[in-house]
Amino acid sequence: MDYNILQNYWWLIMSVLGALLVFLLFVQGGQSMLISVPNRDKRSLLINSLGRKWEFTFTTLVTFGGAFFASFPLFYSTSFGGAYWLWMLILFSFVIQAVSYEYRSKLGNVYGSQFYDILLFINGIVGPLLLGVAVAGMFFGAEFTVAKANIISETGPATISQWGPLHGLEAIACWKNLVFGLMVLFLARTLASLYFINNIDDEEIHRVQHRQLLVNGAIFVVFFLASAALILTASGVRAGEGVAPERVEYKYLSNFISMWWCLAVFLIGTLLVLFGIIKSLLVKEFRRGIWFAGVGTVLVVMALFWVLGYNDTAYYPSLLSVDSSLTIRNSSSSHFTLTAMSIVSILVPFVLAYIFYAWRAMDRKSLTTDELKALDEDDKY
Amino acid sequence: MELLMNVVDWSRAQFALTAMYHWLFVPLTLGLGLIIAIMETIYYRTRDTKWLATTKFWMTLFGVNFAIGVATGIILEFEFGTNWSNYSWFVGDIFGAPLAIEGILAFFMESTFIAVMFFGWNKVSPRFHLASTWLTAIGASLSALWILVANAWMQYPTGCTFNPDTMRNEMTSFLSVALSPMAMSKFFHTVLSAWVLGGTFVVGVCGWMMLRNRNAEHCRRSLKVGAWVGLVGIVLTMVTGHSSAVTVAEHQPMKLAAMEGLYRGSTEQPIVVMGLLNPAKTAENRERTFITEMDIPYGLSILATSDPHAFVPGINDLIDGFTINENGDTVNTISYAERIARGREVQKALALYQQAKEQGAQPAVIDSLKAVIDQDFRYLGYGYLEKPAEAVPNVPLTFYTFHLMVLLGGYLMAFLLLALFFAYKRQILDKAHWNKWWYRLAVITIPLTYLCSMCGWIVAEVGRQPWTIQDLMPNKVAISDLSAGYVQTTFWIFAVVFTALLIADISIICRQISKKSLTDLDSVNQ
Repeated sequence: MDYNILQNYWWLIMSVLGALLVFLLFVQGGQSMLISVPNRDKRSLLINSLGRKWEFTFTTLVTFGGAFFASFPLFYSTSFGGAYWLWMLILFSFVIQAVSYEYRSKLGNVYGSQFYDILLFINGIVGPLLLGVAVAGMFFGAEFTVAKANIISETGPATISQWGPLHGLEAIACWKNLVFGLMVLFLARTLASLYFINNIDDEEIHRVQHRQLLVNGAIFVVFFLASAALILTASGVRAGEGVAPERVEYKYLSNFISMWWCLAVFLIGTLLVLFGIIKSLLVKEFRRGIWFAGVGTVLVVMALFWVLGYNDTAYYPSLLSVDSSLTIRNSSSSHFTLTAMSIVSILVPFVLAYIFYAWRAMDRKSLTTDELKALDEDDKY
Repeated sequence: MELLMNVVDWSRAQFALTAMYHWLFVPLTLGLGLIIAIMETIYYRTRDTKWLATTKFWMTLFGVNFAIGVATGIILEFEFGTNWSNYSWFVGDIFGAPLAIEGILAFFMESTFIAVMFFGWNKVSPRFHLASTWLTAIGASLSALWILVANAWMQYPTGCTFNPDTMRNEMTSFLSVALSPMAMSKFFHTVLSAWVLGGTFVVGVCGWMMLRNRNAEHCRRSLKVGAWVGLVGIVLTMVTGHSSAVTVAEHQPMKLAAMEGLYRGSTEQPIVVMGLLNPAKTAENRERTFITEMDIPYGLSILATSDPHAFVPGINDLIDGFTINENGDTVNTISYAERIARGREVQKALALYQQAKEQGAQPAVIDSLKAVIDQDFRYLGYGYLEKPAEAVPNVPLTFYTFHLMVLLGGYLMAFLLLALFFAYKRQILDKAHWNKWWYRLAVITIPLTYLCSMCGWIVAEVGRQPWTIQDLMPNKVAISDLSAGYVQTTFWIFAVVFTALLIADISIICRQISKKSLTDLDSVNQ
């Protein structure tokens, strides 16, 4: 298969994984609400509902990282080593999440269940916020240079990608990135409310989550509009084959116009998210909002990835040297590796099928207080 | 401390710390996962609820251990990018693929079916539940397979070629990477050793319960499965240990020499069973190697080549250019001093190649430079070394951990044989006045197995120093552009967080064992 097609295909795979990851951040969104729930039984219901899904988010994050490493190793090398603090903070927040579900209600957990709830809260806030900041950096650029020949420099080997001394802290301090990060955080909280309404059969939780949905949904819409405005007015880097890369005004807006199908997916996704939120707010008996908003989220994020990487666009623009900007052409793995990986990717539908089957088998009935009480103490979170 | 350690040392220390913490939990997941699957299979076939109770008991401990294994694992994958960014580009084309496949095929399997395994007892059919338990165990082993394929490639880079245009190594044969002899021996040796840990963990926990006269029937059921898995594991670990040694002799002879503290080799080379190294000995002096030692004649020649009369090169022989080829013959190739010189020539040729391409030089010029690169690329990494002795790993650490691993492996073989014997002949143990000592020994064997397992990894990783990728990329070239202070800060954060989590993990496991052992483990509320 043609090398360019393979590169496009793998960017598509990355967009799917990235979109699924953003959808699954509803787990983090739910965690960020836990410490505001004073009733222990209700909090336990929420935690046990999330506790059966957290591994999906975690696994998708790991797979997203592994797939990026395999398909676009120059991004892995440049962003992770360069924006060191940004990625380390994200990783720390996921490390403390992984154990908290399992340990919080176990005897002998040393630090008390409140401690683990605080860890879940930290992951709930920091995870979506900083993942949003990291993705925003792909739109708005970062201060780095790339020179592959550094490795054989006459003055001694140097690192291929060079960054400023702040190593990612400057990305967190950038207001544009933060707006995007807050948008992801409030999206995660909005999706969490929709998930709780769907997954838990409890009147009081439904009432509280409808209120949360209204507040978080409204804030999300504000940040979504702000982020969209920032992206559509932002300049980007055009880097076509055989042409020197150059910075172009309104690059992402022109990408939306050039790729009408991408704009269509973006708009359909946006409408689905809004439909899921609004119908859930207006019709109290409607409990399937998560599926509409979830599918909508996946479509919107995929469209954003396409605008970011396709149409001769640098998906990671360098603010220091436009020539160093990363594109899906100059940062990808070799033809052979992408081909081999593409053969493996044929199995992805089977993986998705068994995940769907297992999820459905487990979620056939909504979680109730009675079910939780009937569980063995050690099977509860 | 800052003055003594630079960013390379701190990056290595951080990776070693996180990898070692991760490895505290992974083998128990691999071993106990298999044991639980076997127990649930017995329950499924017999419908005896006693086996269900026993399965659930071990499953609780599995869950606690699994969570922290996941937590410590995520860091390792991303650390390749955060702390080893040159490495990530230089070999990402090859190394990234197994990690991605691990995520797509193995990790999703594990994380999907573990939810069914824990929460699906009353939601799915017994057959589906059993399948989920097996798929969780298989998923964990598949995950280990791809990680070990990636690790083995760093020890024996194969199935790739260097592309001077992209300045990186590129994959040419996926099967050579995935099925290399190094990958296969590493996978089987590692996963089978995890069965040993799973087995001794079950035997040790049962020993603790028997000391307190709690749930004797449950213990006897568990002991049979645990001892069998452990014994099969240790026998096969020893077999694969030999094949690992043969692979190391062929592809990493310097590591083998360090494992044995062998500076000058010979034909009919004995193997050191126990020895005390002379701390003053280095590759650059003529001090005697051992203060005292005990040998087995012909041992190392047999271990390395299966031929008792074969020559096994030592550290200084290798520096002088002797090595073992793939037929097991000793050949005199190129000294390390010459490799360093050739590596530097390749680096110069690469720099000229880059300049020639940028300036649009004649194809003949570019081709001639490429020929130089292709001819001696395998020595590229040596060009970064100051002197031949820099290519020698830490001999005392490699030697002692290797010998401790072998010693503990021998002990575990004897222990598990006896454990299996007593599992079937329980009346002998019940009547023996020393049976409490046996139970205490079983408890102590748990940390000894961990020690054995950890020693194996120290041998594998310290023994290949100074290379991140054998012969191609030393550590000092592989790192990210970070200050030592940054890496030092994250090192200590990891040290504190992981230690705090380890304390909680051990405390919870101990309390769970203690609490559950007081309940009736012959019945279960369904």
